[in-house]
Amino acid sequence: MKVIYNTLFKRTSTYAVAIIASAFFFERAIDVTSVAIFEGINKGKLWKDIKGKYE
Amino acid sequence: MAATLRRFHGLRLLKSAPALSLQQAKNLSSAGSWASGNKKLIGALGAITGGVGALIYALEQSVQASGGEVHSPAQPWSHRGLFDALDHQSVRRGYEVYKQVCSACHSMQYIAYRNLVGVTHTEAEAKAEAEQITVKDGPDDTGNYYTRPGKLSDYFPSPYPNEEAARAANNGAYPPDLSYIVSARKGGEDYIFSLLTGYHDAPAGVVLREGQYFNPYFPGGAISMAQVLYNEVIEYEDGTPPTQSQLAKDVATFLKWTSEPEHDDRKQLLIKVIGILGFLTVISYYIKRHKWSSLKSRKIVFVPKEK
Repeated sequence: MKVIYNTLFKRTSTYAVAIIASAFFFERAIDVTSVAIFEGINKGKLWKDIKGKYE
Repeated sequence: MAATLRRFHGLRLLKSAPALSLQQAKNLSSAGSWASGNKKLIGALGAITGGVGALIYALEQSVQASGGEVHSPAQPWSHRGLFDALDHQSVRRGYEVYKQVCSACHSMQYIAYRNLVGVTHTEAEAKAEAEQITVKDGPDDTGNYYTRPGKLSDYFPSPYPNEEAARAANNGAYPPDLSYIVSARKGGEDYIFSLLTGYHDAPAGVVLREGQYFNPYFPGGAISMAQVLYNEVIEYEDGTPPTQSQLAKDVATFLKWTSEPEHDDRKQLLIKVIGILGFLTVISYYIKRHKWSSLKSRKIVFVPKEK
């Protein structure tokens, strides 16, 4: 914990960078997992599942 | 009342908090400084809000009890659940039904061929569908209007040029535009399905005028649209047996999509929202415990002044 505080949270400059970087990864993680859950629930019903038949 | 609460919650809810922490909570509340008029105003606002809510609920209930029409039963739609997407194969079949049956009388002026791309058709297929219609366009360089085959950006063609023409061709009844019909009718897709499959002979005592048919799901019972869906009235390109209920189910699913094109995105977003709000709830709870820890564990000691 002390290492994280000293390297990231202590100075405003590194703190801002840490917030922006973690926001990016958090957003990607939430996006990717929610899409994966949605497509898992609806397997076979979505356009991406049936478009192979028409191309 | 207290006895019932006690049965549900045991002692936890009713246990009186220590006098000290009650005092602290009172110190942190901003309601202590309110004038008596303010308190009355807030109380009245709360009572009005609750009363209006209860009134709307009561009216909604009583409306369902009035009228002679049959209420459409809830069907087990594959898109009914909180996270369930539309069945796009069904939407595609529903488009076939709309194109070959419904579009003879009903317009769908808010849906364009480009909307089909990536939902029910590939881009090439949607272009081919659009090219089957002719669109009046212009003026060209010499100021004349001309017709051309449809493009992806064209909207579905209307069977009649205007409402008067539609009424004149249909015994005075106007076939409604179907773009948002599922959102526009009580019961939504259940109503569409029940209406399309619910035709039968009028019972004794019901008088129908020329060009009217009996449908118990239609308000009033007398509908100017004849039954259009029968077994094998069209043929599906994917080989699904075109029974009447299959046709009705597919076209109702298609109309659900035209009414709510954002349906799938919305349900996908719900998963995302639950994820983010769940995360934020955990953090808020932790921060609350963290900030209150010093308040809850502090002790106030009275030290009398020494003389």
